[in-house]
Amino acid sequence: MPEAPGGTLYRGREGMWSWVAHRVTGVLIFFFLLVHVLDTSLVRVSPEAYNVVISAYKTPIMGLGEAGLVAAIVFHAFNGVRVILVDYWSKGPRYHRVMLYVVLGLFVVTMAGFLPRHLMNVFGGGH
Amino acid sequence: MTTTPSAQVIPSPRDPYARRKTTRGNYELYSWVFMRASGVLLIVLIFGHLFVNLMVGEGVHRIDFAFVGGKWTSPFWQVWDLLMLWLAMFHGTNGVRTIINDYASRDLTRGILKTLLYLAFVITVALGTLVIFTFEPCPANADPALLASICFE
Ligand code: HEM
Repeated sequence: MPEAPGGTLYRGREGMWSWVAHRVTGVLIFFFLLVHVLDTSLVRVSPEAYNVVISAYKTPIMGLGEAGLVAAIVFHAFNGVRVILVDYWSKGPRYHRVMLYVVLGLFVVTMAGFLPRHLMNVFGGGH
Repeated sequence: MTTTPSAQVIPSPRDPYARRKTTRGNYELYSWVFMRASGVLLIVLIFGHLFVNLMVGEGVHRIDFAFVGGKWTSPFWQVWDLLMLWLAMFHGTNGVRTIINDYASRDLTRGILKTLLYLAFVITVALGTLVIFTFEPCPANADPALLASICFE
């Protein structure tokens, strides 16, 4: 396999950074999924075992982690739609930059809907 | 389409254009299409999952054994979670495979990383599928306080 040359032709900007973010969030979600299937599998061991491990998800630190994870998924999902539109919609490549700002706008709106509710569940009320 | 020097076939005028005249197949093309198709389905599956588990009621605070018991006694959520597990694992594994191919240029490194990746895939999919189908929401000797209400109906 040929080695990459020292420099790079990429010049950054929206196209490259959205790709980097899509990659990073994809890997992050993947590793979380492996852990998440393992912790859920504890329902096969005993109610007590599952409840002990799942209670870790209710601590403030993990609550913040969940917020980060949801943010990663929301970005990856919306940007994934953008990637699909760039590929299949005839005007997609022309509007890829505009679409990234639409993605970021939808991201902010979605997180604004999710975060207050989730943070209240984590830090407020609850048991 | 394969052509050997000894038995060359002249393609007829209406033969579809073949971009690559190799026998390697279209694996990467199908995987590219799969990433897009599974992505669209995963939006519905994952957003539904996150909404029901984190937004409704007390969110993460009401998740416990009884909550899972209540969900997985319904075939609807069994099928939902099974589809989500399989699609996300195929999508994620295929994505990480691409990334390994991009960055691990030594054959040995790439081979090891992909072996580990596929191992994680098989274990996770097998375990998850088993759990969804063999789950017992009302185990006989369990503390009744920890079980879902459907166990007492
Ligand atoms: C929520 C819905 C999702 C959508 C719409 C979506 C969309 C996409 C698309 C279209 C690609 C292809 C990008 C390309 O070919 O350039 C992709 C790549 C990827 N996705 Fe997803 N995805 C979703 C969920 C997930 C999940 C749950 C995981 C992890 C288990 C994941 C992990 C990845 C990875 C690792 C890549 C490879 C990134 C790369 O090659 O740079 N995605 N996603």
